[in-house]
Amino acid sequence: MATVASNQFDAIIIGAGGSGMRACLQLARSGYRVALLSKVFPTRSHTVSAQGGITAALGNMDEDDWRWHMYDTVKGSDYLGDQDCIEYLCKNGPEVVYELEHMGLPFSRIDSGKIYQRPFGGQSKNYGGDQASRTCAAADRTGHALLHALYQQNIKANAHIYSEWFALDLVMGENGQVAGVIAMCIETGECVFFHSRITILATGGAGRIFQSTTNARICTGDGFGMVLRAGLPLQDMEMWQFHPTGIAGVGCLVTEGARGEGGYLINKNGERFMERYAPSARDLASRDVVARAMTQEIREGRGFAPDGVDHVKLKLDHLGKDILDSRLPGICELSRTFAHVDPVNEPIPVVPTCHYAMGGIPTNINGQVLTQNEVGQEVIVPGLYAAGECACVSVHGANRLGGNSLLDLVVFGRAVGRHVNDALRDGVTMPQVSQDAIDKGMQRYHHWMDSSEGESYVPVREEMQRYMQEDFSVFREEKSMTDGLEKLQQCATRLEHAYLPDKSRVFNTSFIEALEMDNLLLTAISTAHSALSRRESRGAHSREDYPDRNDAEYLHHTLYFPETHEIKKRDVNLKPLTMKTFEPVERVY
Amino acid sequence: MADLSEIKLSIYRFNPDDSRDPYMQDYVLDNPEKKDMMLLDALLLAKKQDATLSFRHSCREGVCGSDAMNINGQNGLACVTPISKLMRGSKPIELRPLPGMPVITDLVVDLTQFYAQYEKIKPFLQNDEPEPATERLQSPEERKKLDGLYECILCACCTSSCPSYWWNPDKFVGPAGLLQASRFISDSRDTHTDERLADLDNPFDLYRCRKIMNCATVCPKGLNPTQAIGHIQQQMLDRET
Repeated sequence: MATVASNQFDAIIIGAGGSGMRACLQLARSGYRVALLSKVFPTRSHTVSAQGGITAALGNMDEDDWRWHMYDTVKGSDYLGDQDCIEYLCKNGPEVVYELEHMGLPFSRIDSGKIYQRPFGGQSKNYGGDQASRTCAAADRTGHALLHALYQQNIKANAHIYSEWFALDLVMGENGQVAGVIAMCIETGECVFFHSRITILATGGAGRIFQSTTNARICTGDGFGMVLRAGLPLQDMEMWQFHPTGIAGVGCLVTEGARGEGGYLINKNGERFMERYAPSARDLASRDVVARAMTQEIREGRGFAPDGVDHVKLKLDHLGKDILDSRLPGICELSRTFAHVDPVNEPIPVVPTCHYAMGGIPTNINGQVLTQNEVGQEVIVPGLYAAGECACVSVHGANRLGGNSLLDLVVFGRAVGRHVNDALRDGVTMPQVSQDAIDKGMQRYHHWMDSSEGESYVPVREEMQRYMQEDFSVFREEKSMTDGLEKLQQCATRLEHAYLPDKSRVFNTSFIEALEMDNLLLTAISTAHSALSRRESRGAHSREDYPDRNDAEYLHHTLYFPETHEIKKRDVNLKPLTMKTFEPVERVY
Repeated sequence: MADLSEIKLSIYRFNPDDSRDPYMQDYVLDNPEKKDMMLLDALLLAKKQDATLSFRHSCREGVCGSDAMNINGQNGLACVTPISKLMRGSKPIELRPLPGMPVITDLVVDLTQFYAQYEKIKPFLQNDEPEPATERLQSPEERKKLDGLYECILCACCTSSCPSYWWNPDKFVGPAGLLQASRFISDSRDTHTDERLADLDNPFDLYRCRKIMNCATVCPKGLNPTQAIGHIQQQMLDRET
């Protein structure tokens, strides 16, 4: 086995989206030797596509309170979110938003000069009262504005960024701790062992397991894959959010802010159908509720194109050109480009589209990665942290509220940065590593580079995406999921024998796609096992054969262990840090 | 409307590991349903035929700036350019890497110099006043001055279409960097305007702009760096008088 160059760090961060860059910023100011690795140039990370905003109870538009935000988030999660972490998220919201503003994020403003906040789904005043306006926006380009501001601050802080480096696998130390990663420079094909006292995963989601997704093509679950190959579990992987308004046939996102500004959904009869499903919140009910209602309308023949990509429509023209130009310029541009529809005059064809992984790498409130030992006790994986969409803290439970993902990125990106800082100061040591462990991290490199015949990974990827779309979508049931799992397992066998036709070392994008496919398929299989194990309907996981929520048996997290495909339970933390518990009750919008 | 049943691409190919000089390679894609598609979709079909073809891409909706390239002689993003607008009778759509940048392979260019010029203008808010407990106030009118500036996606379409940049890529900041300079000079929250202007006050950083306007013509986000540069030059004059 070839020797791999090694480079030593105090901390490394994999992924340069919102959470990775927020964590990096915290650490770059510390004086420790820190590296940020990203498979794309930082501002090309998927955070850039977030539109509507970041939710925090600033109270700029009207009276507000972080406790109300907490209530909404717990209810939105269908009570699967951990209440201590949700309290931390909501309580720290205003502070991190002000920090972003001080960093230069160009928020939209109201006449008083304060940050503009718009109404979003699932937001209420006073624990379930009137609609709140809590989502801080930079027009409908908040993710872009946030990601660029964070990148700019990292430039200012002289952060050490390895741009266009792809992480292959975690390397385990001799005492069971994580000792860094093997990563490949995409431009040259050179592999380096990033030997580090601390490793932080901030690798984002994996929407590309589905055929239809709002996610960028880089959202391939690279952190999920690395963690599973290290034998560690993933949590709540059955929980995928389907965003109500992806542009039909293309998947591009239309922000929930469009409904926040007063837009609404119609069926082919021109009926504002959400009034029947959620009489009070209507189009601003939680995303899972709206996505199910839309799917039901389409199934019952009230979609616009029963022969094509069937869909309902999002009506915005009544808002007028001025509002659309000033508050929703980005989605007007997307709609004209991709749907050939100008929202100023015509409604946009939309369909529920895979958008976000509520599940992921289980962590505690500090972002430290968790697993269970042989006797089922919860233990910390030494040296490993996760933040952002790849992590499952869990603040989103079974359904994430709009505007809470950007908040999650910066709140927990910062929290991880702080905790790692403390850990380094307290003298976490550099893990000892064997040559075997390094060789193991290089296995996938050699597997693909040495492949000499077989089919391409491309058809396997397309089939996996189709199976996920058919069998694990908005509505699910036992039989089709069982069949789906079997087909995914066949995909796994085929992928093992697949072939990489391009062996170039210079910017070999086929090689990167093959490595990403390894991660996607492991993610899809973890989703299938987890979804089969939850025989109830909760949040985004909606089972036709078990239509009701069943707290007696299923008010727990799902832990999927990759080596045995075993599902274990983990308790939901119903005890907040200082607040009283929000007891699970029926969820009505 | 052009005939979309067959899409022809002619793509610049180069791999430094290969002894061949750069060459143009033709690809013919069947499109029996005559479906219009974005150029990126056509490139992905070409990649299915030929796994060795390399190009960057990510968001596929024109906000990440990865898939900038030279398309029929003009810079643009593949993901927001429909092929129906590119078909010219039986001639193939010609795709080349962004001009003026070193080529890594095929349509992938080295943007190191471009990013260095961006960093040179100190692209971050600078404010020496102590941070308030809440947000710094900014009126909607003040905020409006950032529209048309902050939306840049760093795709490099503008800078790599600028003849002044081709001449002096190591010295001239270029349209993308100057657009960002203008973004911070225009921000009511930034207190370093004088310093920013002074930094640009030399024969190369700012004044190499010859108002050719290629930058504004190609910007996929509809931004106008020439105009932004004009604003900086005007402020420079105001400051001197």
